[in-house]
Amino acid sequence: MFAALKCIIARDLMLALRHRSDVLTTVFFFIIVVSLFPLGVGPETDLLRSMAAGVVWVSALLASMLSLSRLFADDFNDGTLEQLLLTPQPLALMVFGKILAHWIISGLPLVLMAPLLGLQFGLGGDALMMLVLTLLLGTPVLSLLGAIGAALTLGLRGGGVLVSLLVLPLYIPVLIFGAGGVEATVSGMGAEGHLSLLGAMLILSLLLAPLAVAAALRISVE
Amino acid sequence: MNLFKYSAPSIFYPLAGRLATGFAVAAVLLLVIGLYMSFFVAPTDYKQGEGYRIMFIHVPAAWMSMLIYVVMAGWAAAGMIWRTRLSSMMASALAPTGAMFTFITLWTGALWGKPMWGAWWVWDARLTSELILLFLYIGYMALESAIDDPRRAARACGLLALVGVINVPIIYYSVQWWNTLHQGASIKMSESGGIETSMTDIMLWTLLIMTFACWCYTIAVTLTRVRNTILERESKTVWVKEMVQREEK
Repeated sequence: MFAALKCIIARDLMLALRHRSDVLTTVFFFIIVVSLFPLGVGPETDLLRSMAAGVVWVSALLASMLSLSRLFADDFNDGTLEQLLLTPQPLALMVFGKILAHWIISGLPLVLMAPLLGLQFGLGGDALMMLVLTLLLGTPVLSLLGAIGAALTLGLRGGGVLVSLLVLPLYIPVLIFGAGGVEATVSGMGAEGHLSLLGAMLILSLLLAPLAVAAALRISVE
Repeated sequence: MNLFKYSAPSIFYPLAGRLATGFAVAAVLLLVIGLYMSFFVAPTDYKQGEGYRIMFIHVPAAWMSMLIYVVMAGWAAAGMIWRTRLSSMMASALAPTGAMFTFITLWTGALWGKPMWGAWWVWDARLTSELILLFLYIGYMALESAIDDPRRAARACGLLALVGVINVPIIYYSVQWWNTLHQGASIKMSESGGIETSMTDIMLWTLLIMTFACWCYTIAVTLTRVRNTILERESKTVWVKEMVQREEK
């Protein structure tokens, strides 16, 4: 069972390694969106510092959504997904493997890029640490919830826009506590509560999302 | 009595017709009484003057918007558990009415907010979560209209409604906490709390009658919509043909 899980993760990572441009597109989208905000609101350091967390988090939300449509689409088109549904191993576990690989490809780079972008907005050391921590806890939740939307809209016309409509409202709690944690650190209030809640969301979505995604895939592929 | 008897569309169709007529009549009656009471019988509020009267549509609409989402998720769950076609039809028939009540809540809230707080919109926890609820309804309807196969649409939307209903409380509490963290410029909504304590019996009765009017309206409209869905889906079946022939005679 775990051999199959390992196989899925290795396969998806290998595929991503062979199409490096896909990974880089997401990261550069993230960087470009974050860089647009100072151009839009003006270069005052105080203003930028106060909105840094929100800007980075909203951009991370959009970037991770951009890559969602690819999560199952290629496998669906070449028939791999149907084979996956036929395997004797539990589908939820296979789905979990795919989501994990997707997070390593599209979520982890965002986490690693975030401190650099935070520096551009004048965030201090503690706040940068917190930004990385909240993103580390939050982006897996985004991948898990997003996978539900991606599975439901599999093979539909206009699927990409539809995913955003389905998934963005569900992302709101993660955004609130992710950005809120960084802001609480900036204002010196401490962010243990935010981190605990993000952790709770991660655990809850780890438990439930793979099951929902598996059910959604069975509906979509049938 | 076996309640599952009514889960067959051919048996439910005439029952829904009779129920829809009854609830439509009740809705009109209650609405007339409720509107008369809210405009002429209910006394002027000592603090908010005549402007508070918009409450009589705003509050029932807000209650309905939330209740309908839960009922919708309940029908979706029933559809998933017993695989009854009718349950998912009920769920999708409720969605447009729910979205309409959510929109009315936001609209009347803006109209109420302008004279009372001096702003059309504030990022208050309740307003924000109502807006997010509207997004959830729109997502549900968008998914339904994007899928051509009605069976797949019903099951996919059912799953979405269940995921949504798990998330609604999480969203609600996180928005509330977000709001208390960002006190700042936002205006407190203590006024409506003030109304409840100072609300006279007649105001309460008006509110209840308007709420029941909204209930009856929702049931009547939903059942009518379900009847149309049934006719559309079952148009090839024998019982629909027989019924049409009978009505033609």
